[in-house]
Amino acid sequence: MSERPHLVVIGNGMAGCRAVEEILARDAGKFRITIFGAEPRVNYNRIMLSPLLAGEKSFEDIVINGHDWYDKNGIELVAGDSVTAIDRVAKTIAAKSGRIESYDKLLIATGSDPFIIPVPGKDLPGVISFRDMDDVGAMLEAANRGGDAVVIGGGLLGLEAAHGLSLRNMKVTVIHLMPTLMERQLDEAAGWLLKDALEGRGQTILTGADTAEIYGEGKVEGIRLKDGREIPASIVVMAVGIRPATALAKEAGLAIGRGIHVDDNMVTSDPDILAVGECVEHDGNVYGLVAPLWDMCRSLADGLVAEPKGYRGSVTSTKLKVAGLDVFSAGDFSGGEGCEDIVLRDATRGVYKRVIVKGDKVVGAVLYGDTADGNWYFDLLKKQEDVSDIRDALIFGQAFAGGGASANPIDAVAALSDDAEICGCNGVSKGQVMACISGGAGSLDAVRSGCKASASCGSCTGLVENLLKLAGHDEERPVKPMCKCTSFTHEDVRKAIVEKELRVIPQVMQALSWSTPDGCSSCRPALNYYLLCAWPESHVDDMQSRFVNERMHANIQKDGTYSVVPRMWGGVTTPDELRAIADACDKYKARMVKVTGGQRLDIFGIKKEDLPAIWADLNAAGMVSGHAYGKALRTVKTCVGSEWCRFGTQDSTGLGIKTEQMTWGSWMPHKFKIAVSGCPRNCAEATIKDFGVICVDSGYELHIGGNGGIHLRGTDLLCKVATEQEALDYCAAFIQLYREEARYLDRTAPWVERVGLEYVKTRIVDDGEGRAELARRFHHAQSFLQKDPWAERAAGSEAHLHQHIAEIRPFAVVGGAA
Amino acid sequence: MIAEWLDIGPVDQLPALGARTLPVQGGEEIAIFRTANGQVYALINKCPHKHGPLSQGIVHDTTVTCPLHNWRISLLTGEALGEDKGCVPVIPVKIDGGSILIGRREALQGMA
Ligand SMILES: Cc1cc2nc3c(=O)[nH]c(=O)nc-3n(C[C@H](O)[C@H](O)[C@H](O)COP(=O)(O)OP(=O)(O)OC[C@H]3O[C@@H](n4cnc5c(N)ncnc54)[C@H](O)[C@@H]3O)c2cc1C
Ligand code: SF4
Ligand code: FES
Repeated sequence: MSERPHLVVIGNGMAGCRAVEEILARDAGKFRITIFGAEPRVNYNRIMLSPLLAGEKSFEDIVINGHDWYDKNGIELVAGDSVTAIDRVAKTIAAKSGRIESYDKLLIATGSDPFIIPVPGKDLPGVISFRDMDDVGAMLEAANRGGDAVVIGGGLLGLEAAHGLSLRNMKVTVIHLMPTLMERQLDEAAGWLLKDALEGRGQTILTGADTAEIYGEGKVEGIRLKDGREIPASIVVMAVGIRPATALAKEAGLAIGRGIHVDDNMVTSDPDILAVGECVEHDGNVYGLVAPLWDMCRSLADGLVAEPKGYRGSVTSTKLKVAGLDVFSAGDFSGGEGCEDIVLRDATRGVYKRVIVKGDKVVGAVLYGDTADGNWYFDLLKKQEDVSDIRDALIFGQAFAGGGASANPIDAVAALSDDAEICGCNGVSKGQVMACISGGAGSLDAVRSGCKASASCGSCTGLVENLLKLAGHDEERPVKPMCKCTSFTHEDVRKAIVEKELRVIPQVMQALSWSTPDGCSSCRPALNYYLLCAWPESHVDDMQSRFVNERMHANIQKDGTYSVVPRMWGGVTTPDELRAIADACDKYKARMVKVTGGQRLDIFGIKKEDLPAIWADLNAAGMVSGHAYGKALRTVKTCVGSEWCRFGTQDSTGLGIKTEQMTWGSWMPHKFKIAVSGCPRNCAEATIKDFGVICVDSGYELHIGGNGGIHLRGTDLLCKVATEQEALDYCAAFIQLYREEARYLDRTAPWVERVGLEYVKTRIVDDGEGRAELARRFHHAQSFLQKDPWAERAAGSEAHLHQHIAEIRPFAVVGGAA
Repeated sequence: MIAEWLDIGPVDQLPALGARTLPVQGGEEIAIFRTANGQVYALINKCPHKHGPLSQGIVHDTTVTCPLHNWRISLLTGEALGEDKGCVPVIPVKIDGGSILIGRREALQGMA
């Protein structure tokens, strides 16, 4: 009917129709157009499926091009009939209905297929993907019946599905394999904030969770995780990723990589076939967002009907649409060589911002809580603008930095209005702080006591300091911050953890405005310890924030092998234990066995892979970990005392054993050693231990703060007590005080010197009730922490981490690890 | 033809902010690291200082702190950071469809 060339489009989705629009806009009369769509409906806005699911929109609202558009432009829409084959020689396509259509130009815009993880039960009715209208229909139907939903995948799509389903009154659990949500768009800190917010809305988020199986009789009833947990569900939404839909193109013999290969004008390896959208790969990249597709469609139309301009790839940014949560990410946020992270955490407003700058240019940004400047950062990124002039104020956003008004943080605070809030905890405005300063407060401490600003959580300390500088008080804080990631001291941090009930490391970093995304090797172990000390009943240990010795429950030695020390209570052992140790030494080819200064046996030269096995063997012989590797109670050294020694006044060995049984397994700011000597001859060297007991005729002398290390320090006498039980009670109270108040990596010696012996005496000796309370807290913590880490690990928890991931042998191809 | 890249299994065997090892028979052991953001890097598992097993260090940002004497080593360049001088070979890594691929030539270098 027409001599115009025939353009056939496969795919009635976002890219296919947009490309047609672009072509029509350049030359409406050039082609006769036929569009095939697998879905039985007109072109609609796929990204609006989420609001549709959430009940914020109806289908009519999300239609982009209705039937009138097809009619007006003379486009034939073949909806509900998918194309099954392309014959490039005959230049025809065949559809499922049997219809054959010939083309002059063919455009493939088949989008993506959702990725279905190959677990048992994946084909059960009730397992849904989240891709098109039919999926939404299935979800709505399930929601009407009520019940539980499981969403597998904590990426953008999964979270949108979860949000929609919970708005439809389903109880939703999100299963995510990675440790943090949306790990491809957000860094760890922002991912954690997001999880926290979603949990606050009633969703259950399980990170680090791997699906083993979907179970159910005839339909979905729930899922089982690899760790054995089961979560009941009447529907399972799988949103773990997408794969370019390339099957059709592949069968037609077009060049394919991850997607259909196209050049800068979206032409495939066949000059008469073009492709656009999620199904293509351009210059090594595939895209899963619409913005790049728009760029592609423009280049396609330019190349096909006008002046070719050529597509050059896109940088993408992401905004989470989930109502009420502001999350933004753009570019590369993984950091790296030459990259500088500028981090701003505003705890009171719930804001986290991180801008990554490389060579004076913005290369990435992650924003949480306040995304107003997202587009501005994205613009700087796309235009590759030089930001060296505004670098210092960049993180404050366009209003400060981009307005050209000011480039330094002091000017930034100067620009704040008088009623701008500085301290959120105490509601102190800039005007009040300035009044306090002009009233004579010339230091941070003076401001804190004068008007309470920065006196609580302290996250506004930086602002107050800048206000002080603005008023001409340029003073360094006298105390050293914990590390270069923060301006807070150890004491500030510990206080804030308790007062603000901070429970996990990212929460501390956010609340206290850490200046790095994930801390450093100095603050992370300290934070892990402080949290464990504050919340013994609920703290989940962060393995990756522990030094290798504690992670491996053995001592690393200079050649990379480990040494292992089983506990010998009070230094006493038995022939059976010795035999078991000897056997283990043979079996695991120990290279040396040494008696330690703390009266234990140290087995050297054990390979990392063999650790779980040697622990299991020693456990089987009745021994537990000696914690010789830990910032923990190490040993209780004893002498033989009254049982054998002609000078002994009390049973020092027995008391030593009791003390060790009470204190083993307790994590501390640093290693902790105890000794009990049976008389003042002090054969157990109790006066150079963290806690020492010297038995005398009338009772027990208790000594504290000794150290035999680099700085030799003799103990101070704490007091004398009359009974064994008192000695134990004082010991527990002293340890707890040290655990709660010392800085991480302080032994007791420097701590006692810093706080003074008098202080310790007031807390432990003079204050009976306080002592009892400290001891109670110690025993409370012990009830959770006194666990043999060897037994746990030998039983298989994290056993794989000891094994090699794989092994390379010459000329052999490696397989995966077991 | 021998492939350029060796597939050493799925990414999720690596703990975030942690590392695992890959012995090379007759060659140098390799340490594979994963950062907080899920980026994966590989270095020879030997600190340039005194051959500490870098796989056992604390990973933060794109660096690892050696467990023996706390040198900080860049996961990107293998170079010691800060005041320290030294460098450990980097093995190229890429992720494809959830699998870790490492450069065959570099992995086998130094093998008898
Ligand atoms: C729920 C959801 C939310 C999203 N949110 C966002 C967002 O917020 N921001 C963003 O940028 N992106 C978002 N996306 C992604 C965005 O929708 C896609 O990037 C975009 O739709 C891709 O366009 P496309 O034309 O390549 O593929 P599609 O839009 O998927 O279109 C492909 C079409 O081809 C049809 N088709 C496939 N094979 C055949 C065949 N053989 N014969 C005939 N027809 C066929 C399909 O039925 C489909 O209609 C979202 C996606 C989903 C599913
Ligand atoms: S400290 Fe006293 S009781 Fe103990 S072994 Fe020495 S001399 Fe004997
Ligand atoms: S061996 Fe690595 S720091 Fe010394």
